[in-house]
Amino acid sequence: MKKLTTLLAATAIATLMAGSAWSKTLVYCSEASPEGFDPGLYTGGQTFDASSRTVYNRLFEFKHGGTELEPGLAESYTVSDDGTEYTFKLRPGVKFQTTEYFTPTRELNADDVIFSFERQYKADNPWNKYVAGASWEYFSGMGFPELIDSITKVDDLTVKFKLKRAEAPFLANLGMDFASIMSKEYADKLAADGKMELLNQQPLGTGPFTFVAYQTDAAIRYKANPDYWAGKEKIDDLVFAITTDAAIRAQKLKAGECHVMAYPNAADVAELKKDENLTILEQEGLNVSYLAYNTLVAPFDKAEVRKALNMAVNKQAIVDAVFQGAATVAKNPIPPTMWSYNNAVEDDKYDPEAAKKMLEEAGVKDLKMKIWAMPVARPYMLNARRAAELMQADLAAIGVTVEIVSYEWAEYLKLSSAKDRDGAAILGWTGDNGDPDNFLDTLLGCDAVGGNNRAQWCNKEFDDLMTKAKATADVAERTKFYEEAQVIFKKEAPWNTLDHSLVFVPINKKVSGFVMDPLGIHRFNGVDIAE
Amino acid sequence: MLRFIFGRLAVLIPTFIGVSIIAFSFIRLLPGDPVMLMSGERVMSPERHAQIMTDLGLDRPIYIQYFDYLVNLLHGDFGSSIVTKRAVLDDFLQLFPATVELSLCAIILAVALGVPAGVLAAVKRGTWLDQTLMGTALVGYSMPIFWWGLLLVIFFSGYLGWTPVSGRISLMYFFPQVTGFMLIDSLISGQAGAFKSAVTYLILPTIVLATIPLAVIARQTRSAMLEVLGEDYVRTARSKGLSPFRVIGVHALRNALIPVVTTIGLQVGVLLAGAILTETIFSWPGIGKWMVDSVFKRDYQVVQGGLMLIAAVIMIVNLIVDVLYGFINPRIRH
Amino acid sequence: MAVVDTNSVPPSGTAPPSGLSEFWFYFSRNKGAVIGLVIFVIILVLAVFAPLVTPHSPSIQNRDVLLLPPALSAGGQWTYLLGTDAVGRDILSRLIYGARFSLFIGLVVVTLSVISGVLVGLVAGYFRGRTDTIIMRVMDIILAFPSLLLALVLVAVLGPGLVNAMIAISLVNLPHFVRLTRAAVMSERTKDYVIASRVAGAGTLRLMFLTILPNCLAPLIVQATLAFSAAILDAAALGFLGMGAQPPTPEWGTMLAEAREFIQRAWWVVTFPGLAILITVLAINLMGDGLRDALDPKLKRS
Repeated sequence: MKKLTTLLAATAIATLMAGSAWSKTLVYCSEASPEGFDPGLYTGGQTFDASSRTVYNRLFEFKHGGTELEPGLAESYTVSDDGTEYTFKLRPGVKFQTTEYFTPTRELNADDVIFSFERQYKADNPWNKYVAGASWEYFSGMGFPELIDSITKVDDLTVKFKLKRAEAPFLANLGMDFASIMSKEYADKLAADGKMELLNQQPLGTGPFTFVAYQTDAAIRYKANPDYWAGKEKIDDLVFAITTDAAIRAQKLKAGECHVMAYPNAADVAELKKDENLTILEQEGLNVSYLAYNTLVAPFDKAEVRKALNMAVNKQAIVDAVFQGAATVAKNPIPPTMWSYNNAVEDDKYDPEAAKKMLEEAGVKDLKMKIWAMPVARPYMLNARRAAELMQADLAAIGVTVEIVSYEWAEYLKLSSAKDRDGAAILGWTGDNGDPDNFLDTLLGCDAVGGNNRAQWCNKEFDDLMTKAKATADVAERTKFYEEAQVIFKKEAPWNTLDHSLVFVPINKKVSGFVMDPLGIHRFNGVDIAE
Repeated sequence: MLRFIFGRLAVLIPTFIGVSIIAFSFIRLLPGDPVMLMSGERVMSPERHAQIMTDLGLDRPIYIQYFDYLVNLLHGDFGSSIVTKRAVLDDFLQLFPATVELSLCAIILAVALGVPAGVLAAVKRGTWLDQTLMGTALVGYSMPIFWWGLLLVIFFSGYLGWTPVSGRISLMYFFPQVTGFMLIDSLISGQAGAFKSAVTYLILPTIVLATIPLAVIARQTRSAMLEVLGEDYVRTARSKGLSPFRVIGVHALRNALIPVVTTIGLQVGVLLAGAILTETIFSWPGIGKWMVDSVFKRDYQVVQGGLMLIAAVIMIVNLIVDVLYGFINPRIRH
Repeated sequence: MAVVDTNSVPPSGTAPPSGLSEFWFYFSRNKGAVIGLVIFVIILVLAVFAPLVTPHSPSIQNRDVLLLPPALSAGGQWTYLLGTDAVGRDILSRLIYGARFSLFIGLVVVTLSVISGVLVGLVAGYFRGRTDTIIMRVMDIILAFPSLLLALVLVAVLGPGLVNAMIAISLVNLPHFVRLTRAAVMSERTKDYVIASRVAGAGTLRLMFLTILPNCLAPLIVQATLAFSAAILDAAALGFLGMGAQPPTPEWGTMLAEAREFIQRAWWVVTFPGLAILITVLAINLMGDGLRDALDPKLKRS
């Protein structure tokens, strides 16, 4: 019987697709299979592209191409004076998607919002462990379990979040993927049918695209949501063609088999630029790569020593050799696309002679140090070992002997956090929500020593600015605090800031309305394609 | 015969337990722990780390973990991926048909070309034809197939534009997965052109995967044929004036094929090893690519479960080959 | 291979034929084997004298000539006979240095797996009983995995790199040698000459190594040749999957992996490393066929 129903449903889908033969279809060559379709469970960008940015909405959305917030499912909000109570007014008349597997009977209300969050932290919620090993990585990572006191329904369209303390980045966090709003009605139905795991396989939300099917490791299919609250999309069908090999993605794009591609090889960009059917969009990624000294260990506890070492390294050479130029040299710990980026800060100039002198003046002779190189490629650092080798050569020029060490990735992450770590570690960070706090306090705050603060750097002045900025809701005022913090950072030099990588999105010229997103997500609402 | 089969099964059980121990130990031999990888650069608090270790059952003594693992295996539970949280068995079943389809096509191609080539070489022994065929076979046998695949892609997909670069079927076609075999599903779907599309996607991967088995089968057939052709009964048949076609086709080939059948059975492991490379090159969504991806994602739950399942498949196929061989050739039963 | 006997007649008649010249007679009758041997010696010489014969250093990056095509194509330069790779290194020089790695890998893997395989196989075949059962069961377990998959996972666990790749490949090769040795020992064990020396009071070790082993050598040598070429292929495959030698090592499989992204633009960076693997493996396999003909008495007759 079950077989039969699947077959029937399948035939229905097939007819549906056949009927739309003349529709506008956009094909996106994505870089990897989605981990699943419940964005709360995962951290991978490909998963967010395929679930939260297509199928779902959040209370707040990031503006296309930026990190500023705009209203999403919440029309407006009020915040109490002490900054601990947020009341959200939901958009009325928002319909959930109608799919082959579920037909909603009611519109979005406060229950859906409460469900979407509570399942991620209330251990007694039946959805808290609905898949094996569910750990709600981002919800915990952003500190929500310690932050949220309660979420209550005021009326059908009003929800109140009570926080344990004031936290200015809270609103930005609500724009993140894990905060996507699910349908409680759908979840209840799945629970009643004993098929809870389907929530992660057949998503259903309020977003611009309705999920149609996922062919494992091959393709994901969506159609435009006809009931979308912001109006139906201009394209009718959206297909993600999963193509893990970047060279093949590029080939498919050139052949017209897909219209937008994710993450080309840096080496292929020049070639793609020559193709007159393509446009290459380009932007600095929301990331930074750094070399963190251990500021608790002599002689790296002296700012002069750290600065001298910074001056000895030719960062442009790293950008050239590791990224083939597809990166920019970093001077601040936050990327240039982020608000409050302090462009007035001046980088330590590459000057081996001066560096050598400075080191001598600081009384450091025959320095031997270790540089830790990560064993894996990350978007912000494609080849840490090669970068380390370049630094090794640069530092040898001022008489510093460098030994390069590396560990297995899990081990590396753990050991590099240790307070007594011997040596400077290469690592980096990719932003989560576009808030400077997510870089500056997370990576350099006193609380993060022994954890994310790989420089083990605790500076009173810097940390006070972080605390003040967190307690302020006014963006202009926060900007001032963060700009000042960047000046202190540069003066103290706990890191050598290495690079921000560039992200490219090659698209077919027929595509219009596609905007690159600094958060590294690929969004297809508002996109159109010429026939 | 039954005793023979049961005897084989009895050997299989300890082997399978051994396989499970090996697959199980791999994940424990790793430096660091899988939980650290879940959060990446973001440092996890020690409490949360401990909590997840408990949730995943990784904090218990190793022999208890192993015992639970065995019990779960008996219930058909091969664990869940750390990355996707999906059941390993589900993913395996989802992807396995793609690998089977590719492997079957490859073995059919290898037999269809390999056996005639071997027979021909044996019959024309010592001629230029024999030398050419066997020379080609040795080249095929020495082929780094990952490179061979790339060459074919460059030439047929890049230069001539005849075949698609990767995937199983054109994205234009979309129909439900009924059997998991694209060739069959595309026919069932009734969509015009779907079957043809599936075939064009299958051609290059099949050629690449068939290369080594083809060479092995051709060489094996030739030497088996040579041996049989020298036997008395063939000489007798010849001297009786039977047509060469009848001698070779009926008498010699039938006997020569016995060792060849075993060779074909033994190619299953070779095919799966080859599938790892072939599927990687052609982005073929099968278990070979799945395993490689999992190794790179360090998703060791999948690696562990996948190793078990693949070993089980190989052992079962070998058992079937053994039993079949026992039927054909009763002598080896003892 | 110092003996070069050009006799085309099998040494016969009065003097008992020396083993070596008889071997050479049969070996040289196989033209393919001789060609294989010549190619192999050329590769060996190139590898040994790599620093003297390479036109460039394998690691120096010439930023002015990125992805230069081979000399014979349009735009090529004679100084870079086979062109350059993405960072301006001379492909020919890297290939010649790569031969060192491949031959070294083959040698180490064969040595490791032959020594350990023969030891374990001797023990299993000589003692039989429970020891034998356990050993063979373990070998069955190793054989239950596709060899490349097992090697891949092993290397992932041990950490990617050339040394670990060699260890992993040796391990997956082990069962073949164990089985072969065991089978040979079992068939020799009951032969008259063995019983005779046992009666004469030879000790276990002496029996195992000096009496039985030399008589099992022929199939082992043939298998070792096959393992040599298989090891080169497997190491290259691991390198191709990113789990073998790590860049910038000029190992052929690793070079291929690095070249993959240029598949559309620079055919030469993809073509030549693979060709090098193919030629080397083919040469060794040709020799293997010749060795089998020369060493396998059953086939000599036909």
